[in-house]
Amino acid sequence: MTSASSGLAGTTHEPDETGHFGPYGGRYMPEALIAAVDEVAAEYEKARRDPEFLAELDRLQRDYAGRPSPVTDARRLAEHAGGARVLLKREDLNHTGSHKINNVLGQALLTRRMGKTRVIAETGAGQHGVATATAAALMGLECVVYMGEVDTERQALNVARMRLLGAEVVPVTTGSRTLKDALNEAYRDWVASVGHTHYILGTAAGPHPFPRMVRDFHRVIGLEAREQVLAAYGRLPDAVVACVGGGSNAIGIFHPFLDDEGVRLVGFEAAGDGVETGRHAASITGGSPGALHGAMSYLLQDADGQTLETHSISAGLDYPGVGPEHAFLADSGRATYEPVTDAEAMDAFRLLCRTEGIIPAIESAHAIAGALRLGRELGPDATILVNLSGRGDKDVDTAARWFGVVDPESLPTEAPPGPVDADGAVASGEREL
Amino acid sequence: MTTTGNTTTGNTAAGNTTAGNTTAGSTATGIDRLGEVFTRAKAEDRAALIGYLPAGYPTVKGSLGLLTQVLDAGADLVEVGLPYSDPVLDGPVVQHAVETALRAGVRVRDTLEVVEQLAARGGRAVVMTYWNPVLRYGVDAFARDLANAGGLGVITPDLVPDEAAGWLAAADREGLAPIFLVAPSSTDERIAATTAATRGFLYAASTMGVTGARDAVSDTASVLVTRARAHTDLPIGVGLGVRNGAQAGEVAGFADGVIVGSALVSAAEHGRAAVARLTTELAAGVRGQHTGR
Repeated sequence: MTSASSGLAGTTHEPDETGHFGPYGGRYMPEALIAAVDEVAAEYEKARRDPEFLAELDRLQRDYAGRPSPVTDARRLAEHAGGARVLLKREDLNHTGSHKINNVLGQALLTRRMGKTRVIAETGAGQHGVATATAAALMGLECVVYMGEVDTERQALNVARMRLLGAEVVPVTTGSRTLKDALNEAYRDWVASVGHTHYILGTAAGPHPFPRMVRDFHRVIGLEAREQVLAAYGRLPDAVVACVGGGSNAIGIFHPFLDDEGVRLVGFEAAGDGVETGRHAASITGGSPGALHGAMSYLLQDADGQTLETHSISAGLDYPGVGPEHAFLADSGRATYEPVTDAEAMDAFRLLCRTEGIIPAIESAHAIAGALRLGRELGPDATILVNLSGRGDKDVDTAARWFGVVDPESLPTEAPPGPVDADGAVASGEREL
Repeated sequence: MTTTGNTTTGNTAAGNTTAGNTTAGSTATGIDRLGEVFTRAKAEDRAALIGYLPAGYPTVKGSLGLLTQVLDAGADLVEVGLPYSDPVLDGPVVQHAVETALRAGVRVRDTLEVVEQLAARGGRAVVMTYWNPVLRYGVDAFARDLANAGGLGVITPDLVPDEAAGWLAAADREGLAPIFLVAPSSTDERIAATTAATRGFLYAASTMGVTGARDAVSDTASVLVTRARAHTDLPIGVGLGVRNGAQAGEVAGFADGVIVGSALVSAAEHGRAAVARLTTELAAGVRGQHTGR
């Protein structure tokens, strides 16, 4: 089986020297942080050629995170996908419950190499924050996680997990109080703390070298899956699908298939209430090129270039931008990106629970919804590989509200994300679980 | 107390062919007129005072009045902030002001309008803007419209020369000064490259951190100015953290320009008189006449 470190070996699909994927990527950021990202880039270049670093990464990914993750043939789910074979890459089974640990272990090791003692991170759903808090505990690093106040409420379980792991969680109360504002605060912290702090950026976005480096740490997903599918079925999948917020799990599973011309790559973006309503987070489907948080890419912006507020039931996809390599792949047509609404994602969430006994993260439920759609299009001879990027324990409260499976009186009082009636109460029973 | 200037010129700067560089009654470029700010201050053996306030705070008309006040009370140049939704290099004071301006519906063209009104009164102004609003407006169009409005240059907190080829060409064409930042963390190599791309004056960030008034100006500021002087003859303005006359005097001891932002924004919360008082104190500070605080 492919080891985690083989994702760092270099590919034929690299950005230029200064981190550009075509017109996207680069560094749109304060001069004060350029020295820091230069240091990260230089250290990463050394580390990825250092056998000791690679061996340590492999050891952690195997003995600590539990790699390789299995591929599950989802036969009962497949009945709802036009009979196509649906294979789930089980990143939900990694330690901490999502793919995020792949990147975090790599960057935490890099932090130690750089002699820094403190890490900061932004988080939306809390999966990246939990993974960062975990790695910080493991390596004895101080850890501060910035999280939008809205997200600390809807992902309260992950806030508790981070605090149990010894991290400080800072609720961000500026702007839309979600993931983009958490990124702003993390950058503000880093400008003032860069001497002893590494910013463990959680997705394949931001300034060079993050899009490339984070992608490399996640390439293990696709490398493993490609080998697993070939070994079990003697063929490549017809399509590889993933949810796309910032796009780290998607680029991780897509990348090793880029040269397999017959394999369709499809990313599913969070369409919230529907792209046409304006209440969504589908940056490629509904956005345009611009610079945000360090890179040029697609983003959701108004006529003046102000970042738009986004909406998704999934905190981890509720972000107005996307990694620059996805923008490049979208323009080139090598990958396509389609929207999935809150309602479609939640239907898929329920279906996966009931057919396979797997409670997915709501982020990953967008990929499941996309696979169902694609399966019906491609038919029973098709094989679809889905990145099941995370598990749904953190989303039980949101899902319970959505489906009205518990008495709303018994839940905390913050605004319910599910359907509400005129009095603001959860319209229980409207959706059947 | 001063007036807000001519607020009846309703149209935006876009497409305006009458104001332009002729506002000053000469054909001097923005870069030339920016240079004069520092030449004059130097002739008076002092540093220039540069004041920042965002356009649209508390309203577009209100911001014009406040910026006019800053110029009338002794600032040599103003930085007109272009409000942006994600100001990663700004601390809480500027964030709050900018959020207020955006909630009130300020547009990019309002910033150009404020610049035009200031220039029409003979005021000297540059724009401070994060880069995405300019990208969205169109880099060439923004440069053209700012030059036509009588603006002198643009400070770009999240655009480094490495990504600025298009902007440098447009600025050069319009005679606008591209004003880049250097920071205490900048390597000598980067200081050299940044100063080579900069016109008008170099913006030296006094400390590693976001904007905001601080009790003491960091020692790193003078070190950075000394390092930058090894690479350039450009005037050097120091910003981030200056809040009173004493600090302005201290910075004036080693820099060509003293840049004050958050402290003025805080004063603006208390109205024009407070802005005038602080500016007067700062203007005395850059002349070595501060009363000591």
